[in-house]
Amino acid sequence: MDIFIQQVINGLTLGAVYAVVALGYTMVYGIIQLINFAHGEVVMIGAMIAFSVIVALAPGGLPPLVVVLIATGCAIPVCMFLGYAMERVAYRPLRGAPRLAPLITAIGVSIILQHFAMMIWGRSPLPFPQVITTVGYDVGGATITNVQIVILVVSTAMMTALALMVYRTKFGAAMRATAQNPQIAGLMGIDTDRVIAATFVIGAGMAAVAGVMVANYYGIAHYTMGAPLGLKAFCAAVLGGIGNLPGAMLGGILLGVVEALGAGYIGDLTGNWFGSNYQDVFAFIVLILVLVFRPQGLLGERVGERA
Amino acid sequence: MIDEALARWKRHPAALAVGIALVAVALAVLPFALTANFGTTWVRITNFAILYIFLALGLNIVVGFAGLLDLGYIAFYAVGAYAYALLASPHFGLHLPFWAILPIGAAVAAIFGILLGAPTLKLRGDYLAIVTLGFGEIVRIFLNNLDQPVNITNGPRGIARIDPVRIDGVSFGVTDRLGGLVVTGPIKYYYLLLALVVVVIFINVRLQNSRIGRAWEAIREDEVAARAMGISTVHMKLLAFAMGACFGGIAGGMFAAIQTFISPESFVLVESVMVLAMVVLGGMGNIWGVILGALLLSFVPEILRFTVEPLQRQLFGRMLVEPEVIRMLIFGFALVLIMILRPGGLWPSAVRKRELAARDGAAPR
Repeated sequence: MDIFIQQVINGLTLGAVYAVVALGYTMVYGIIQLINFAHGEVVMIGAMIAFSVIVALAPGGLPPLVVVLIATGCAIPVCMFLGYAMERVAYRPLRGAPRLAPLITAIGVSIILQHFAMMIWGRSPLPFPQVITTVGYDVGGATITNVQIVILVVSTAMMTALALMVYRTKFGAAMRATAQNPQIAGLMGIDTDRVIAATFVIGAGMAAVAGVMVANYYGIAHYTMGAPLGLKAFCAAVLGGIGNLPGAMLGGILLGVVEALGAGYIGDLTGNWFGSNYQDVFAFIVLILVLVFRPQGLLGERVGERA
Repeated sequence: MIDEALARWKRHPAALAVGIALVAVALAVLPFALTANFGTTWVRITNFAILYIFLALGLNIVVGFAGLLDLGYIAFYAVGAYAYALLASPHFGLHLPFWAILPIGAAVAAIFGILLGAPTLKLRGDYLAIVTLGFGEIVRIFLNNLDQPVNITNGPRGIARIDPVRIDGVSFGVTDRLGGLVVTGPIKYYYLLLALVVVVIFINVRLQNSRIGRAWEAIREDEVAARAMGISTVHMKLLAFAMGACFGGIAGGMFAAIQTFISPESFVLVESVMVLAMVVLGGMGNIWGVILGALLLSFVPEILRFTVEPLQRQLFGRMLVEPEVIRMLIFGFALVLIMILRPGGLWPSAVRKRELAARDGAAPR
C-alpha cells in the first residue's frame, strides 16, 4: 500500500508540472487553434536561465530560498519576452494562412531555441544546483519531500490565479471572447492582437516557473529537456480536451498519476515481462484509448464542423 | 508561375521530349560527377535525399491528398526497416532475397497503417495528430525494449550486419569495375533508388487524378459533403493510411539495406517532423512541390555542414561557434522565413493557390 501512496505522490507532483505546461498549450490552442510546438523549449529556456542565475548567486551567501526566488524572477521575464517575440515574429504574420504553415514555423522556432541553448549552455546535461536541502516527510508509509510540496503548492496557486483571471476579470472575458470568435470580438472593441500576444506571454511565464520546478525536481537541466516534457504536456492538454482550461489541469494530473502508477506496477502486473521502461507507452496508450472513446477529450465539448 | 511555364512548355511535344531526355542524362551522369568532384559521401547524401523523397511522397498521400495530419509517420519507416533487417541478417539467421523482402516490408507497414487508421477514423485534425504522434512513440519504445524477455529487436543496440541488396549475383555492397568505370556501392544504390522513385512518382501522379485521388481530395475539403456524395470515407481514409505506410515501409527497407545497421535511434519524433516539414514547405498536395521540399531539406543542411566550418575559419581565423549549431540555427530560421513568405509552400498545388488567393480578396472564413 505504501508503494501505491508513494507513486500517487510522485505522480501528482509530475502531473502538476504537466498541468502547468499544458495550460500554455491549451490557452494558445483555444484562441488561435495553433499547436505551439515551441512551448516545451520555453520551459527549457526557463530552467537554463534559472540555472545560470543560481550558479552565479550560490557562492554569495544569500539564503537558498532567496536565490531560487531571484532565479525564478529572472527566468519569468525572459521567457515572457520570448513568448511575445515568438508570437510577433513567427505566428502573427501567418494568421489566416493554411493551418499547417504556423505548425512548421513553430517547429522552426523550436529548432532555433534548442540550438541557441546548446550554443550558450553546451551539449552536456548540467547538474542543477540543489541549493535547497531536500527534507522528507512521512505520509502513511510513503515519503513526500519539501520540493514536492513546493511544486504542488506553487502549481495549484498558479492554476487558481489563472482560472480567476480567465473567468473573473475583464481581460479574461476578452480572452474568452477572442477564443469564441475573433472577428466578432474585434467588432466589440477588443484588441484581439493584444489578447493573443498576452496569452502567449502568460503561458510562457508559467512555463518558466514549470522549468525551474522540473529542473529542481530532477536535478538536471539540458538543452533537450523541453521537447519530451512539452510532448507529455501536449498529450495532457489533448487528454483533457484541447482548448479547455480545467481539461488541461485534469489531463496533466491524470497523466502524471497514470504514468507513475504504470511505472510502479507494470512489472508486477505482467509478471516482469514489461518493465518500467514502458512507462511512456502507458501514457500514450491511455491517451489513445481515451480519444477512441471520447474523441473530444475528457472535458472537451463536441464542436460542430468548422470549415 | 512555375506551373504556367510548365504548361506552356507542355504544348510543344518536341521541346518536352528534349527536356525529359536532358533530365534523364543529367540524372544518369550525376553519381559519377559527384564522386569525381566531391567524393562518395555526396552520392550517399543523394541516396538519402531520394529516400526522403519516398517518405515525403508517402506522407503527402496521407497529409496532402487526404488531409489527415500524421505526426508519427516515421513509425512505418521503422517497421519497413526492421522487417528488412530481421529477414536478412544474422540476427535470426534469415537471408531472404531482396525482391522477397521488399513486398513483405511494404505489406507489414501497410498493416500497421491500417492498425493506426482503424481506431482513429473518428478523430479530427489535431486529435488525430497527437494519436499518430503517440503511435510513433509507442512503436519506437517497443523497438527499444523488445530485447527481453525474448530478443526480437535487439533493443537499443540495434541490428547490425544486415545483408546488402543482391540482384542476380550483383552485390550492392561492394565496388565493381565496369570497363574503365569504377562503380561503387552507393552508385549502384543510387540507380536502384532512382528506378524505384520514378515508379513511386508515376504511381503518385496517376493516383492524384484517379477516382481514389479525387475521393481523398473531397474528404480533405469537406468530409460530410464527401460522405453525402457516396464516398466511403472509412475505406478511403484507411486506404490513404495503408498506401502512405506502404511507401514508408519500402523506404525503410532500402534504408536498412544501405546502412547495413539500424537502431531505434533513427526513428525518433524529429524525423517524423522533418518529413512533415518537407511536405508542407514544398507545397502540400503538389507532388513536384513535395519532391522539391524533400530535396531542399536533405541537401541544405548537408551543404551547410560542409561550408560553415571553412567559412568561419576564413572570416575569423578560428572556429567561433560549432558548425552543428550554426547549421541548425540557419535551418530553423529558413523554415520560419519560408513559411512567412510563402504560406502555401514553395510550390503550392493549384487548389491551394486558388484558396489562398480567394482568402486574400474575400471576407475571412
